[in-house]
Amino acid sequence: MTKASRSMAIEVEGLSFTYGQRNVLEDIHLHIPEGSFLGLMGPNGSGKSTLIKCILGLLSPTTGTIKLFGKPIQRFNDWSQVGFVSQKANSFNSGFPATVFEVVSMGLYGKVGLLRFLTKKHKQKVLESIQQVGMQDYVHQNIGELSGGQQQRVFIARALVSEPKLLILDEPTVGVDAKSVQNFYTMLQRLNVERGMTLILVTHDIGAMTEYITDVACLNKCLHFHGNKLEFESQHDSMMTSLYGHDVRVITHNHDHHDHDHDHDHDGSGH
Amino acid sequence: MELLQQLTFLERGVLAGLIIGFICPLLGAFLLVRRITIITEALSHITLTGITAGVFLSQSIMWLTFINPLYTGLLFSLMGSILIEKLRHIYKGFQELAVPIILSSGIGLSAILIGLSQGSTVEWYNYLFGSIVTVSLFDLLFILITGSIAFLILIGFYKEWLSISFDQEFAKTSGISVRRLNFFFSLLIAIVISMSMKVVGILLVGAMVTLPVAASIQIAKSFRQVVLLGILFGEVAIISGIVSSYYFNIATGGMIVVSGVILLLIANLIKRGKQFVSTFDVLTK
Repeated sequence: MTKASRSMAIEVEGLSFTYGQRNVLEDIHLHIPEGSFLGLMGPNGSGKSTLIKCILGLLSPTTGTIKLFGKPIQRFNDWSQVGFVSQKANSFNSGFPATVFEVVSMGLYGKVGLLRFLTKKHKQKVLESIQQVGMQDYVHQNIGELSGGQQQRVFIARALVSEPKLLILDEPTVGVDAKSVQNFYTMLQRLNVERGMTLILVTHDIGAMTEYITDVACLNKCLHFHGNKLEFESQHDSMMTSLYGHDVRVITHNHDHHDHDHDHDHDGSGH
Repeated sequence: MELLQQLTFLERGVLAGLIIGFICPLLGAFLLVRRITIITEALSHITLTGITAGVFLSQSIMWLTFINPLYTGLLFSLMGSILIEKLRHIYKGFQELAVPIILSSGIGLSAILIGLSQGSTVEWYNYLFGSIVTVSLFDLLFILITGSIAFLILIGFYKEWLSISFDQEFAKTSGISVRRLNFFFSLLIAIVISMSMKVVGILLVGAMVTLPVAASIQIAKSFRQVVLLGILFGEVAIISGIVSSYYFNIATGGMIVVSGVILLLIANLIKRGKQFVSTFDVLTK
């Protein structure tokens, strides 16, 4: 399938976002085809989260347009097609009296609609989703009692339960231990390959995930690069200089690197 | 209606109490997880302003003689909840400021209106601390209707409010219209406060909304359990409060609150006991 014939999950045209006097985003053009797994990277304060919030309709851009699945965002209303795992997901009140089942159910509430209750079928969906992230032993456990990695899996389940075609994750691995992070990326890759789900993963650390993604976008106020992984790797060094302002080398974080000695030298930087 | 007319004054009081014991914890569970139980204090005091205004108007203006203070109470409570939302918006970084502002203005205005009107001390005392024996047929109807409305709204928006309370940003991205539902929610608080004050009294409405769920959250594992146990505790507090106030001839509101506090203590003891048992298990394994 050529790139031109693929339908687009997201089309961002000429998007700018100004916060007070400060330009957070400038003239962003970004087309993300369905079925891609995009790593959106950039330094802290580069506007990654702002761009994501615009795409999710949480913020309105100062100028420019956004289309989701070909529909202008103002008229887009099928939000169950879009799953979101926030950077702040883990910072909820840990005393909140909700079970894993209740939290994952929340992913269906928008789809079920006002003044309606969850049916048996919906509840089955919730359980399937919990199983999918391997949390079936914790269904009636309180969410606050789980570890950071387990909570993250519950939030993924909450985002997956409405069976979205697009899943957006904003730095989902902050505060999650190294081993869980790897399992987590593998799970995302499976969703991408087996279900053809479009994924956007926001991160300031692309090295840890280069083996899982298909495309890369580099953001620092403007979009510095957008293309597939191979293109990114070939111009990686100049890219990093323009993005971070000095020569930064991405070190591949393969957490069991020393045990298995994988060949992960794809960023050209070596160790 | 005929059935209601046949009720004795005590039966009317008990029925009104049972409705309040059900609705208050149901609302309280949401207030608790949104950390805004304190809003009930502000709204109950602005309700007092409404009631004093109602009494004053019915005394001073001829064609308003038959105005019931419950109506003006509800009206002020609704206006208060909208004002609180406005103030929380204006003082974005200091949202808790809205409560003392509304609370003190409410008290101040009430003091003036009480001074201007000629209500008896007993009448004011009943409004402040609640009185089960003065629940008239009209009051009962008011509580029945507002209670049913509150119940339908609470059940209808249960899942949306739970999602918003847990994670507002996610709720928004899942297609829930957060702003509209938040507005409904503040109106609902106003309705519940004004319907409850006849039985438990203005100064103690906050307790009815807070104590049962403060007890249930200590034992509950899920939000559902917080709600269900909260309602159970609410009803127990109401019944034991009414019974004891009838026999000892003490303000109903006071006895209801004391019952609620006792339930809270018991719930905390149960939690302690559970923790003790589980550490004991770990130690002896």
